[in-house]
Amino acid sequence: MVITVSQQRIPYLKALVHLAALYPLINLYYAAINDRLGGDPVEAVIHFTGIGALNLLLISLLISPLAKRFKLSFLMRFRRMIGLYAFTYGLCHMLNFLFFEVQFDVKLFIKEVFERPYITVGMSAFVLLIALAVTSITKLRRKMKGKWQTLHNITYLIALLVVIHFYWSVKSEIIEPLIYFAMYAALMGFRYKKLRGWQDKLFSR
Amino acid sequence: MIIKTTSVSECKEHTVTDENVYHQRRELIKKMGFLGAASLLSSPASAGILDIFGEEKTPEALFAQNNLSYAAEKGGFAEELTPEAKITSHNNFYEFGVEKQQPAALSQSFKVDPWQLKISGEVENPLTLGYDDLYSSFDLEERIYRLRCVEAWSMVVPWIGFSLAELVKKAKPTSRAKYLAFETLYDPVQMPGQRSRRLGGGIDYPYVEGLRIDEAMNPLALMSVGLYGKTLPPQNGAPIRLVVPWKYGFKSIKSVVGIKFVEKKPPTTWNLLAANEYGFYANVNPAVDHPRWSQASERRITTGGLFAQNRIDTLPFNGYGEEVAGLYSDMNLRKYY
Repeated sequence: MVITVSQQRIPYLKALVHLAALYPLINLYYAAINDRLGGDPVEAVIHFTGIGALNLLLISLLISPLAKRFKLSFLMRFRRMIGLYAFTYGLCHMLNFLFFEVQFDVKLFIKEVFERPYITVGMSAFVLLIALAVTSITKLRRKMKGKWQTLHNITYLIALLVVIHFYWSVKSEIIEPLIYFAMYAALMGFRYKKLRGWQDKLFSR
Repeated sequence: MIIKTTSVSECKEHTVTDENVYHQRRELIKKMGFLGAASLLSSPASAGILDIFGEEKTPEALFAQNNLSYAAEKGGFAEELTPEAKITSHNNFYEFGVEKQQPAALSQSFKVDPWQLKISGEVENPLTLGYDDLYSSFDLEERIYRLRCVEAWSMVVPWIGFSLAELVKKAKPTSRAKYLAFETLYDPVQMPGQRSRRLGGGIDYPYVEGLRIDEAMNPLALMSVGLYGKTLPPQNGAPIRLVVPWKYGFKSIKSVVGIKFVEKKPPTTWNLLAANEYGFYANVNPAVDHPRWSQASERRITTGGLFAQNRIDTLPFNGYGEEVAGLYSDMNLRKYY
């Protein structure tokens, strides 16, 4: 089965993806600013953007296996966009913490990032994501040639860090984070050959 | 010189719920009923995309709260009260779901009448309080207390209830009674979190808590049956709950069915779950951090949205040191957190 999407339709589909990613975010902040987001809008925006970033990250990791398996090559044209939205949600998540949770207490912010392992892990993932976001610019990508793919393979590590960050942040409700671990494992499973190849290269030296 | 006295039953200006807030409360809870966990976003569909575990829940009728007669809080309390809508929509009550808005959404059909609160163990006068007894056995009074959650947010709540000490005196503890062991209702039919591990956060139910008997005798320890002038809604621990304002919120056990006087320190739920994170005493202490977050400051939830600058310093014993610090004068509170 081969599904092809005509060139003309791509921009419309892209507009749709923009809308699907931006609308919840605008909605969220509109409700939060007007104090219509439950008892504690701060916790609500932190959770929403955090889980949103993770979901988008996993979706971006699903694209190439889907495109390969079902020959949906047009999907690849959405990958950068979704990856960048994962970054955007992650940025909002981090800024929510700085602006609304610790409320610009930079000393406390830095202390929390370094003293709380789950925040250290989350922040590491975010810093790595910055590198990917910056190198997603077409010009840079062309310049980097083969190195680009090597660099962007750290998405696998980032997603793992984010899942650990989530697991570590909850008080006792670990079932949801465990489901995310399973989804992550499945996504890595699709890349079995690639990962196996790396492993062989690593250990044959 | 004019000495002005006010009647204890007189309502104070600061205890009156703002009309807007009062109306908003129903609005809030209604919306929550419709949208479930992805709540309060005006677009549940789009929220669903990014929150795939959101609980969808059909609307249900609100739990009926009754008006209470009580003696109003005497001393003026300078801090701003948390609006009723927030107190009743932002709850940690895992029996009705782990997310903050779930208890309000999933508990409105909870049955509190009939109820039995059993006082037993090392007492000369074991007794059982039925539903009506909860409101008639003791004089009810209003107490405006700070509530500090271990998650570093706080509220100011106008509780209504009676001193736990009154109940203790009535039960006449024997000389062997050193601790009180509290227990929440175990009813998986009514409490979805007790049926489902995912909804209930993997806690072993029933929820149990404990106090040392001298803590229980402290005049601040309250058995609460209401807030904002009415009986408690289920999400806040209807029909009766403990309120220990100088300890983290998880000590203030909800929907209590048993208080047993015992000789040995009783097990407590969060301590059983993660002893390095939650101690038996759990006194509010800005000097001792939770392993995963700082306890030095807190966000006070009152009015205002996302931009409310509400981070304040946390006080030792949640600001009740004068009344309770003596209970712990010979203890190392870093060790006994």
